[in-house]
Amino acid sequence: MADLSVRIGNLLLKNPVMTASGTFGYGVEYADFIDLSRLGGIIVKGTTMAPREGNPYPRMAETPMGMLNAVGIQNKGARYFAEKIYPTIKDIDTNMIVNVSGSDIDSYVAAAGVIDELDRIPAIELNISCPNVRQGGMAFGVSAKAAAEVVEAVRKAYRKTLIVKLSPNVTDIVSIAKAVEDAGADSVSLINTLLGMAVNAETRKPILSTVTGGMSGPAVKPVALRMVWQVAQAVKIPVVGLGGIMTATDAVEFLLAGATAVEIGTANFVDPTVSVKVVDGIADYLQRHDMKSVNEIIGGLET
Amino acid sequence: MQQIMKKHVCDLTVAEAVWLHERCILLKLTRDEVLPPMKAGQFAEVRIDDTPGVLLRRPISIHRVVREKNELWLLVQTVGRGTQRLAMLQNGDVLNVMLPLGNGFTLPESPCRTLLVGGGVGVAPLLQLGVELRALGMRPTFLLGARTANDVLQMREFGQVGEVCVTTEDGSMGESGFVTQHSLLKRKDTFDRIYCCGPKPMMMAVARYAHEHEVWCEVSLENRMACGLGACLCCVEKTKEGHRCVCTDGPVFNICDLTWPI
Ligand SMILES: Cc1cc2nc3c(=O)[nH]c(=O)nc-3n(C[C@H](O)[C@H](O)[C@H](O)COP(=O)(O)OP(=O)(O)OC[C@H]3O[C@@H](n4cnc5c(N)ncnc54)[C@H](O)[C@@H]3O)c2cc1C
Ligand SMILES: Cc1cc2nc3c(=O)[nH]c(=O)nc-3n(C[C@H](O)[C@H](O)[C@H](O)COP(=O)(O)O)c2cc1C
Ligand code: FES
Repeated sequence: MADLSVRIGNLLLKNPVMTASGTFGYGVEYADFIDLSRLGGIIVKGTTMAPREGNPYPRMAETPMGMLNAVGIQNKGARYFAEKIYPTIKDIDTNMIVNVSGSDIDSYVAAAGVIDELDRIPAIELNISCPNVRQGGMAFGVSAKAAAEVVEAVRKAYRKTLIVKLSPNVTDIVSIAKAVEDAGADSVSLINTLLGMAVNAETRKPILSTVTGGMSGPAVKPVALRMVWQVAQAVKIPVVGLGGIMTATDAVEFLLAGATAVEIGTANFVDPTVSVKVVDGIADYLQRHDMKSVNEIIGGLET
Repeated sequence: MQQIMKKHVCDLTVAEAVWLHERCILLKLTRDEVLPPMKAGQFAEVRIDDTPGVLLRRPISIHRVVREKNELWLLVQTVGRGTQRLAMLQNGDVLNVMLPLGNGFTLPESPCRTLLVGGGVGVAPLLQLGVELRALGMRPTFLLGARTANDVLQMREFGQVGEVCVTTEDGSMGESGFVTQHSLLKRKDTFDRIYCCGPKPMMMAVARYAHEHEVWCEVSLENRMACGLGACLCCVEKTKEGHRCVCTDGPVFNICDLTWPI
């Protein structure tokens, strides 16, 4: 069988398939359906320093070939994670990665610091798409300067692999990716959800309690693929690609566009076993194309 | 503590599809292998295939499990594209389901007087609940609400399990009005437990009645879901302990735990 392993900074993945934050809980929610150790990694729920109740219900709307969510990073906080949840997931035989969020630089740094202490968490994924409370709610991820500032600060506090997750709600994602690379990120992952909205015409009301929300699923794939391709060409650090991946073929497309690894999000809701199917499908693809390693297809797009 | 049942994702075959009225279908599903354990109040997340615009699974209650026939029954009311697709299923068609999900109703430790109140397609989980109460030696009372006589579902099936009372909004069957106006609830001597599933305004009215009369009451919620597994946090209900997932901590909640204005 072809070698599926890939490297992101110092992080070795047994295969390039991870599950996306906010769509796979802490992994254990899917343990009845799949062997979690077959995954390259599991990126757990968004975690903040202080506990968050999240947004009011309704938080979800289905849209053509996709969905909107407005969960609002509901979580019990980094300390609760470290004390109560970490012990129950630390022995899962895959890379357990924590998605870290904050509302200002201090809270990002504090949360990353708490996670840094946990031996079996080899990496964090820094979600810079959250609103920056000090800068009037504008997301850190929409300005190269703010993105670099938060990444630089977290880099000082966090010693292991630092993946920075980029927002697609920007005019020039390449400049943000470069700023984040310069600030010390080991990798960038993209895309987070696209800002969208859904209306119920009959009631004349928005469907989400927050009016707008984050769009994900197959509908966003072309945008994600384009951004991954642009960023992969511009940075030297490995890129993790996601957005609308439903099948192994979708995953291979991201790898060809330059992603070193991929994440599966919304697809888990449709088929709880999809992530391992994607692993098997990538292996089949390599065999069919007579390739020895998945590294042979990364960035292999022939333009 | 709720007993945790292993979840499965599997293909079931339609053994029978029966139209109950023009907007409601009864699906009897089976497979060669024995169906997994499941109980009243739990639900299945049903995959909707080949339907443009529908991506996510749809949650549908376990209506009845007939062990002798290895059948799972679902009762589906057509409200949109997903449920309309389910209503097109025919004998021999395959349906992919994820089950059993959710906590299920809390069964009494010892026999007591139970009232099972259902509105519209919300009667679905009450049949299996009735069967389980019956197995514990109780004869439940069903109070079924519908708009018209035509919308009253599964009268015969409910009748085989317990006493059935009906209200219709137009008075075409049983007493006229809403379930909470039924004479059953005006009796002094009431019930020990009320279980309820239906449209939210109806559940609120029943919860208010139960609260006022200090009767133990569980309701089954129908919040919109994405994963059905407690992973996405889309389906939350505000409870006295903060946001809780309807798909895993529910769909059944005791009204004491909710923050409804009752
Ligand atoms: C635990 C649980 C058990 C359920 N059991 C059953 C059952 O046994 N039988 C049955 O027929 N239905 C049941 N439902 C409801 C069923 O899941 C929805 O009717 C179905 O998902 C609608 O899908 P659709 O594609 O047909 O409609 P959509 O196209 O998704 O929606 C049609 C219309 O219904 C509204 N709508 C859809 N879902 C909801 C919701 N959850 N809350 C408020 N409005 C909504 C939409 O706004 C829209 O106006 C259950 C729901 C839950 C959560
Ligand atoms: C319900 C839900 C919750 C999410 N929560 C988070 C989160 O906490 N942190 C984060 O970085 N991304 C979060 N995301 C975004 C996903 O990780 C992913 O970037 C996005 O959904 C695109 O991938 P997909 O199309 O494969 O789902 C969430 C997505 C969904 C659907
Ligand atoms: S539907 Fe995902 S947590 Fe309930």
